[in-house]
Formats: sequence, C-alpha cells, structure tokens
Amino acid sequence: MNTPKELKYSRDDEWIRYEGEEAYIGITDYAQSELGDLVFVNLPEVDDEVVAGEALGDVESVKAVADVISPVSGVVLEINEDLLDDASLINSDPYGSWFVKVGSIGDNVELLSADEYEEYRG
Amino acid sequence: MKLIFEKSIPGRGQDIFPACDVPCKLPDAPLREKKAHLPEISENEMGRHYTALAKRAHGVNDGFYPLGSCTMKHNPRIDEKMAALPGFAKLHPLQPADTVKGAHELIAELEKFLCEITGMAGVTFQPAAGAHGEFTGLLLIKAYHTDRGDIERNEIIVPDAAHGTNPASATMAGYKTIVIKSNENGTVDIDDLKAHLGPKTAGLMLTNPNTVGLFDPNIMEITKLVHEAGGLCYYDGANLNAVIGIVRPADIGFDVIHMNLHKTFSTPHGGGGPGSGPCAYKDFLAPFAPGLVCKDGKNYERAEKSIGNMTGFYGNFLVMVKAYTYLLTVGKEVYTLAQNAVLNANYMQEKLKDIYPIAFDTTCMHEFVIGLDPIYRETHVSALDVAKALLDYGIHPPTIYFPLIVHEALMIEPTETETKETLDEAITAFREIYERIFNAPETVQNAPQTTPVLRLDDTKAAREPHLRYTFE
Repeated sequence: MNTPKELKYSRDDEWIRYEGEEAYIGITDYAQSELGDLVFVNLPEVDDEVVAGEALGDVESVKAVADVISPVSGVVLEINEDLLDDASLINSDPYGSWFVKVGSIGDNVELLSADEYEEYRG
Repeated sequence: MKLIFEKSIPGRGQDIFPACDVPCKLPDAPLREKKAHLPEISENEMGRHYTALAKRAHGVNDGFYPLGSCTMKHNPRIDEKMAALPGFAKLHPLQPADTVKGAHELIAELEKFLCEITGMAGVTFQPAAGAHGEFTGLLLIKAYHTDRGDIERNEIIVPDAAHGTNPASATMAGYKTIVIKSNENGTVDIDDLKAHLGPKTAGLMLTNPNTVGLFDPNIMEITKLVHEAGGLCYYDGANLNAVIGIVRPADIGFDVIHMNLHKTFSTPHGGGGPGSGPCAYKDFLAPFAPGLVCKDGKNYERAEKSIGNMTGFYGNFLVMVKAYTYLLTVGKEVYTLAQNAVLNANYMQEKLKDIYPIAFDTTCMHEFVIGLDPIYRETHVSALDVAKALLDYGIHPPTIYFPLIVHEALMIEPTETETKETLDEAITAFREIYERIFNAPETVQNAPQTTPVLRLDDTKAAREPHLRYTFE
C-alpha cells in the first residue's frame, strides 16, 4: 500500500494535500485497489459547497459505486476534468489524480497521518 | 455468432402476407423519412437464430441459479397457463368496469391474501417492480408526515448492508439518506441507529432478513426506537421468501412494505420484467394510497388524499394472475416455502464452511455470504474468478461483490425449489474449485473455458461501451 508521508488521510479513504489556504482532495491507493477498475466519476461543480463528512461526488468501478466523502468543508475552486474522461487515471496514479481543489476551508473530519492511516488500513 | 441484421438479405422475407396493394393514405408528418432497418430473413432462419441464442443462455430451466438476493426459483407452469388464458391475457385496462369483474375480483382476492401474509391493511398493485414499490412506500411516508404538518423530517435511515435501491428510492422521494453501520454480527448496530434518530427522521428502510441472510434479532427494539423518534418503518420485501407464512412484517413493527411478486410469488424474472412490486400499508396510511382502491371487493375509487398515480391503471395485471394462482396452489402451507428456502441455504453453508470463510458464521436464513477475502489475499484468486469457474460446471454464479460490507463477497441463495441432489452437485463444484484455487489457481483465474464466450473484459465494456449497432 502506497501512502505518501506528506498527505493527510481520512478514515473514509480520502487524501488531502494542503497548499496554503487551499487543498486538493482525492482517494487513496487502498480505496482504488479495493474498488478495482474505475469506470466513472461524478464530481461537483465549481463554486459548489462541500461539507466535511458528506459526499462530494462518487466513483463507480466494475464492482461497486462508492461516495467520495469530503474530509473538509469548503468551496470547490477547481475540478479535475481529466478524470471525467478517463477514470482509470485514479487506478494508475491515485495521488496524482486529485478530484477537487477547495478553498474557504472550514472544519474537517478527523485527519490521520500517513503512519496512522497505514496502521488503520494495514 | 452473427447478429440477425447480419443474416438479413434484401428482399428475403416471410411470405405470410402478400405484398400490400393498398395505397398508403397516411399524412406525411408521422411518416419516417428513412425505411426502418428490419432484418429480412426467412421464418425458418429466424427460428434457428433465436433457438441458437436460447441455447447460449442460462436460465432456471437450464440449471442451478443461486443468484443471491434475486430468488431465482422455479416458477410453476400452471401460473403461466392461467396468465395466458385469453379472458385474462386479452383484457384491455380501458374496458368498461362491468366487463372485467372477474379481473377486479382476482385483484381484490390477491390483496386479501397479501394482507393476510404481511399483516397489513391494504395493498396497492400499481408499482411496476420492487424499487418502484419502495418509491411508492416512501411517498406514503412523506404524505403521512406532511399531512400532519410535520415537515421537518427529511431523513431516511438505511443500513450499510441495504440493497442499492433503498438509498436511490429515498433520493427519488426527496429524502436525504443516512447510512448506519452494521455490527460485528452483520445486523443493525443499535447504538449507531440511536445516534442518528431524531426530529429529522422520516423513517427507516430495512430488509429482514438482510442482505447477508440474517434475521435481525433486535427487530422489535429497532422498530420501537424508530417509532419513538416519530419515524415510520419501511420493510423491503426483497427477502420475504425467507419468512413468508412465518413472520408478518406488520407484527414486527413495520408500517409499509413492498413485495416482489415476480420473486416470492413466481414470475420468471431477471430479464427486465414485467415485474410487480405491490406496496402494502397499515390502516393509517390508507388515505394516501395511489391509484384506484377497491374497498368492497367490487368497486374501485380514489383514496381521499391519494399521492396520485404511480403507473397507469392497476399495475402489471398478468403478474398478479400468476401470484394469485401460485398462492391458490400453495395454499395454507405457504410457510413451507420459507422453511425449505432456509433449510437449503443452511445445508449448503454447512457443507462449505469448513473450507470457505462464511462472512457471518451463524444459522442463516434463505441465503448466506462467503467472504473470500482471506483466500484472495493468499492466492490472488478473487470472487469474480470463482464465479467464472462455476460457469464451467453449468451453474449460474452467485451474486458477487455484494453486500458491500463483505470483501470479495459471494452471496448464495439456493431457493426452496432445488433438490438435495442439485445442491450436492453445486457443493461438489464449489469444493473442486477450492482445490483448484490452491493447486492450479490459473485454471480458476482463466475460467470459464467451456462457455460460448470466455472471460469478458468488463472494464473495457464499461469504459468503452458500444451501445448501438451501426448500419452501413
């Protein structure tokens, strides 16, 4: 299981990378490997509000559909449209495949360090 | 195998009718601009084409079909025969009421039977299938709360083991879905339920037995807690086959329920219909019932605060004819269906549990779930591989990767209509596959080898779907 040290993780298997006042959000290597080959992604729209602990979108694999739970509350600044065309990017590069960039960040769910997340999912 | 369009030869056709010599007098507007692409093929060739297709398919008539949560049981032929009687089959829903009294009587009688089975006060047959029944039930719940002016309730609680249709129906009805966890026994986590109940709770949707084949031992407490919070309890009747004639949903605290007539009450299904998902409700929900309601066994009228029409007319009538015939032939011994369904599932579970990890190792109801995860981690043979290997034994695979709370799930529902010999053959197949997982894993990973098509690339099919045949 690949778990980059510089990221924070939620128990719902999302990662978050803070950049100043903003943050990128995606799903973890563990999540993509459990889901299997991803075929569709639903993303919010720019300017949508996301709420910590609630779905910001969903991913569909050949096995199942799963909500992508936002680790923070905030406003969507950008979405990664590449994923809409090719969901397999998430399988091949889960930490490069950010789903949304959020700003105006408010509260967050409990966030784990890489070590804590590895222990949680190990 | 060629498509029927590829077998088509211009000018070849069927000579049942002579060529039309009547000039076409239709106005231009509704006429299509291009001729329709219809295959031109002789009757003989067409018969062969469809027979060849049928030979390549697998249905209940071909072999064991333990597709969990789908109740793929044998449907008695007499039900088909009754539904094909011209007096039923050729009815038109717009016929004057006094020419269809027999049909009305059948619907009213079936309603009585289903009320007796569920303990409910009334049944609407409008819903066209299961999920439509769920949607109807939720609209009844919503109408009830709204009628009392209790409009703050916008949440429906659904366990994480639920059928995917539950949250979908809740969303359709304008509710927010609140997912609660299952406990380590695979049933509702009471503490998590309590934590989510409140003034916003419109209701709870529950399948019992649930999708891991377990009857919730805390059901009386669960429904009581929901009622105390002011919510209503919805029973997803998908698994009614497991308890029919033994447990009445109304007695264990449910207010509204749907049944799948096509599953529990025998109609061939799995091919897209027609189904029938009647919704049964307690007395206090009767004022909101959809469509036309029969109050006296003769006359149909609209309920005073009806939620409207869920579908045209009465619903899928011929499925009702089959369910009615089924219940008349089964009679008061309807509980034996549940007993045998549960017995068959437990028999298979007992015969497999020494080698396959059972997700929740306890006496099951009508189905049980294997969690292949430990074997997958050791051997890289997945639930999908096992499912594909079963095809070579002439067995339809069980449901896989559902419920989501079990990793590498294989969900097996034998149903009551299978003999011990069939179950034994399936058990032998499962045990042989287990040996192969450890001795020759590649033969499982490369299965099937004997089917008309081999392993399909389902990822490619989903990512690059070709949904239309393109004519040259």
